[in-house]
Amino acid sequence: MSILAIESSCDETAVAVYDDIAGLRAHRLHTQVALHAEYGGVVPELASRDHLTRVVPLVRDTLADAGLDFADLSGVAYTAGPGLIGALMVGGATAAGLAQALGCGIVPVHHMEGHLLAPMLEPDPPAFPFVALLVSGGHTLLVGVEGLGRYTVLGQSLDDAVGEAFDKTAKLLGLPYPGGPALARLAAQGRDGVFRFPRPMTDRPGLDFSFSGLKTAVATRIPEVLCDTARADLARGFEEAVTDTLRIKCARAIEATGYRTLVVAGGVGANLRLREKLGAWAMQQGVRLAFPRQAFCTDNAAMIAYVGWQRRGEARSPAAGIFATPRWSLADLAPVAACA
Amino acid sequence: MKLLAIDTATEACSVALQVGDAVIARFAVAGRAHTQMLPKQVAEVLAEAGVTVRDLDGVVCGIGPGSFAGLRIGLSYAKGLAMVGGLPMVGVSSLQMLAGPSTLDRVLTVIDARLSAVYAAAWKRDDVGQWQAIMTPTLCAPDALPAAPDPAQTWLGLGSGFAAYAAPLAAAWGAALPVIDGTALPSAVHALPPGRDALLRGAGLDAAQLQPLYLRNKVALTQVEQQALRAPRQG
Repeated sequence: MSILAIESSCDETAVAVYDDIAGLRAHRLHTQVALHAEYGGVVPELASRDHLTRVVPLVRDTLADAGLDFADLSGVAYTAGPGLIGALMVGGATAAGLAQALGCGIVPVHHMEGHLLAPMLEPDPPAFPFVALLVSGGHTLLVGVEGLGRYTVLGQSLDDAVGEAFDKTAKLLGLPYPGGPALARLAAQGRDGVFRFPRPMTDRPGLDFSFSGLKTAVATRIPEVLCDTARADLARGFEEAVTDTLRIKCARAIEATGYRTLVVAGGVGANLRLREKLGAWAMQQGVRLAFPRQAFCTDNAAMIAYVGWQRRGEARSPAAGIFATPRWSLADLAPVAACA
Repeated sequence: MKLLAIDTATEACSVALQVGDAVIARFAVAGRAHTQMLPKQVAEVLAEAGVTVRDLDGVVCGIGPGSFAGLRIGLSYAKGLAMVGGLPMVGVSSLQMLAGPSTLDRVLTVIDARLSAVYAAAWKRDDVGQWQAIMTPTLCAPDALPAAPDPAQTWLGLGSGFAAYAAPLAAAWGAALPVIDGTALPSAVHALPPGRDALLRGAGLDAAQLQPLYLRNKVALTQVEQQALRAPRQG
């Protein structure tokens, strides 16, 4: 019983295989970062074109890595949303074609459920219930996870996603796309306290976020930044404001739910300063902190294969049509039924 | 020979299954519902013929030009199908499929490419009934259509381009183009003969090799190009 999964929701094409014996058998990924760099952001049409080019070799190579043949597959999962609709359709249609030829079912997977459950692929996975912080270029969410498919959105960004705020601030500082990780490297050289920015929405109760004002606050200070030292100090000030805000909201979410485990996932989960701050706080509070490995913080198919495996009982006939949607709330997911 | 052909590059969604001399086909105007319609059509024709994908000798797929998202649905699905059994694939242009039902032996096929442009090609039926491209598929403004390759002959005009741009297209070819039909849509049935021909010649492709025919390849401006566009306005 093996499930092959395809992820193509944005600018990475990825394929993975998960089964009941070995767990994650193989995973591969092609990133389009270089393709989109000269455009200063992801161009959806170019992303879709590249997915179509990459998907066949990736499926074959991943199967070969897993030591399996097509005949060994008992299902095909794919990311059905949220994401770029044209990009999602490439993965979905490929999955449907594979499933029709294999005579098996297809499992549409929610991309964010994949991120939520990515830590489950690690050797010592967290136990339910837990609070999950999902932070990426497209999302900033605090989710209460009671069990597989039982999610409550506790808070979310009212405007920019946190990764988006990183990228836009990096652009203000003249860093090349995608600027988030470069901004973090610059911040590591900066001094704390030279530039002080607000911790948005921490002065009132609630678990929602807002990062567009912070970006504007940085923009107003840009004229003062005339040398590399000052640029690093400003990057540091921004990163401190963001990571403090995230830590404060995570602490509140833990307090509000009474859960004792915090999972951090999504691309920004790879940020070292965030890991440091949450680590210190969690240690002090006796809260368990769980991160997926670095490669599974960002988009990947391993997490989609994991969810596809958990939801294999919901597999549908490929003849019933290919479900794909650009918007999809985590709260709309059904709890996972027990599978045979 | 057992061949499955599919096409989703335009508002039409169609599949055709050839088993020996028999052909089972589906055709529908799908609008934007190709993701719902195509898998159902494929399952239906296979079931009706009592054939599974592994019985096929090849998969023929429309490669465009047409809707970018639409043609990728068919191509992704077809590649998924073909990959499993390592089936050879043949790509057929939607402009060639459009010529398929013509009663005349010379056809100008034109698909509305939006943004004041058309995808166009001209075809001539050869001695064995296959369509040969006299003017290969091209993207152009309706009033910049290349001249008729054989203006003394009578050509039939087919495709959505004639619904959108009848006047400039008619003006370009004049008397060589007495009859047009702007409602004609490509159908996978007409991808079967060239698909079969290509497979018999050993010209089938691996699923990884089959390429779409977008024709329009400049789809976004780089940052440098965006700046160049802004510069004169600011100055």
